[in-house]
Amino acid sequence: MSNIKNAFANDKAFIPFITCGDPDLDTTKEIIRAMAANGADLIELGIPFSDPTAEGLVIQDANLRALKGGVTTDKIFEMVRELRQDSCRPLTLPMVFMTYANVVFSYGAEKFISTCKEIGIDGLILPDLPFEEKDEFDEVCQRYDIDLISLIAPTSENRIAMIASKAKGFIYIVSSLGVTGVRNEIHTDIASLVKLVRENSSVPCAVGFGISTPEQAAKMAGISDGAIVGSAIVKLVAQYGKDAAGPVGEYVKKMKDAVW
Amino acid sequence: MCLRCIRKLVYANLSKAGIKAAQKRGKIMSNKKGRFGVHGGQYIPETLMNAVIELEEAYNHYKNDPEFNQELTALFNEYAGRPSRLYYAEKMTRDLGGAKIYLKREDLNHTGSHKINNVLGQALLAKKMGKIRLIAETGAGQHGVATATAAALLGMECVVFMGEEDTKRQALNVYRMRLLGSEVISVRTGTATLKDAVSEAMREWTSRIDDTHYCLGSVMGPHPFPTIVRDFQAVISREIKQQLMEKEGRLPDVVMACVGGGSNAMGTFYHFINDKNVKLIGCEAAGRGTDTFETAATIATGRPGIFHGMKSYFCQDEYGQIAPVYSISAGLDYPGIGPEHAYLHDTGRAQYVPVTDEEAVNAFEYLSRTEGIIPAIESAHAVAHAMKIAPTYEKDKIIVITISGRGDKDCASIARYRGEDINE
Repeated sequence: MSNIKNAFANDKAFIPFITCGDPDLDTTKEIIRAMAANGADLIELGIPFSDPTAEGLVIQDANLRALKGGVTTDKIFEMVRELRQDSCRPLTLPMVFMTYANVVFSYGAEKFISTCKEIGIDGLILPDLPFEEKDEFDEVCQRYDIDLISLIAPTSENRIAMIASKAKGFIYIVSSLGVTGVRNEIHTDIASLVKLVRENSSVPCAVGFGISTPEQAAKMAGISDGAIVGSAIVKLVAQYGKDAAGPVGEYVKKMKDAVW
Repeated sequence: MCLRCIRKLVYANLSKAGIKAAQKRGKIMSNKKGRFGVHGGQYIPETLMNAVIELEEAYNHYKNDPEFNQELTALFNEYAGRPSRLYYAEKMTRDLGGAKIYLKREDLNHTGSHKINNVLGQALLAKKMGKIRLIAETGAGQHGVATATAAALLGMECVVFMGEEDTKRQALNVYRMRLLGSEVISVRTGTATLKDAVSEAMREWTSRIDDTHYCLGSVMGPHPFPTIVRDFQAVISREIKQQLMEKEGRLPDVVMACVGGGSNAMGTFYHFINDKNVKLIGCEAAGRGTDTFETAATIATGRPGIFHGMKSYFCQDEYGQIAPVYSISAGLDYPGIGPEHAYLHDTGRAQYVPVTDEEAVNAFEYLSRTEGIIPAIESAHAVAHAMKIAPTYEKDKIIVITISGRGDKDCASIARYRGEDINE
């Protein structure tokens, strides 16, 4: 079992997301430290992809900004390595990569996943890799003790038992139909989804997609094991650029206090 | 009507041996997860999984349903104008001085391209599934126009996603879609071309699944789309085979077509795959050349990847970022190729060749002048390669070129390419 369980060890988890390299990797590093210092339990590090089909406009734009700035998978690996091996204050909280299947496949699954292990990444989220296709990557992940995170959507219905029973690390519950992005209301009956998951798995589950306010985060974490926030944070980075670490830190603190 | 008569109607053009061969091919070439060798699969968000499973189940049911097939055949024949002509291009043959050249005239179909074959099939299937709304991507606008047409005919809502660049290149088709009652959404993300229109249509589908069918326009995307689209387009090779048998009493030596995603090529190849002596050639858009970055020749310049729901060949950089591709033809301006083509390439069964903008424009003008047929600039890529190889064949050999669409939509942009500014 990986480091991910520690994220859920102290009750409800708050899981922030950041697109690496937006606007540059030095800023990303500061943001990650600010997230950790303000109570993040697990951090999702987005490796940008040119055509992120599961993302709304906010994260699409962040991906393109990062790629335009010259970020690459290797540079992101290097950044994580530096954070983990910092001699003064090494970062210890669990971290997972969130990217698209082609980024891993094209790099070479073996090379990508073994590097994840080596630099201290705990899990991998690939939104375009459903249960039916995961074996090819999961086989490698298991050898390197990296958790390949399973996603469950409002449309999963009869698939939930199958997905949950094989899940590792944590289960990512997609709150709504559509792509990532801030939503005013979440209509899905998350509690029923969580109930079905828990009948089939002991792995913790966190809810993401559309969460931006402390109230939403508290509600979602209340009926699951944690809340995941992406677009709302990426928006702050778009607004503050190189000075985003401060505002993101404050935001994470506010959200963590709400789910606590 | 008794079952036997219906079967006779449905399989009018398909011999008993043909049916068996088709079934055998189906078994070998697409397993449960829709794999073609290592290619294909279903690389899509969990949100869409039940939708593609539902689609697969519905398709497996209706493809063998006599009533469905009878309705579709009626639409093909009475509405779309099938069978399309197999025309002996005598002047072109004489001029090139080699193999006998036949043109499969998909440009004569209603809406002006082969796209209508797939669209009528999918729209009818969607309607049977209880869907009330079609969404589609389009590059040149041919698939968008075909989808808007089927939606109008079958009384369905329709939304077409089109890259902003392409809405400028193909303004006339945007008007046609709106005239047909469709909403056209201009996609500004990414490179604002076909790949971004596909991405946006996929995003839209994840947000509204219950009443909406994604009418994908090529032999690409997640299973079961590559198989469904191929089966609906296979009417092209079924007809070529029968028509050539009537005219020449034999199989062709070469069949060829242009390839973007590859639906007209797959339709042209399909019933010849087991005829080992028939050479299959797909013509890719090389843009300004395969040694430049301004190309869309996926087999020539791409490598294996996972994108838009499938494993196949893609134009991409060393980190797997999808490359911004280019071709004068909006319909071939796509960084990937359908998974069955990737498999036919791997096994060596089909050959894929790059054709540049300049060669395609020359062929566009050549066919217009020589035969009085203005081909779509997409189809002109296949004509261009035929012009290269026909003279190398003996006079008793036969080449069939599929003219996937008509070229009216391209006249303004080809004029611009030649430095002449005309209003559409």
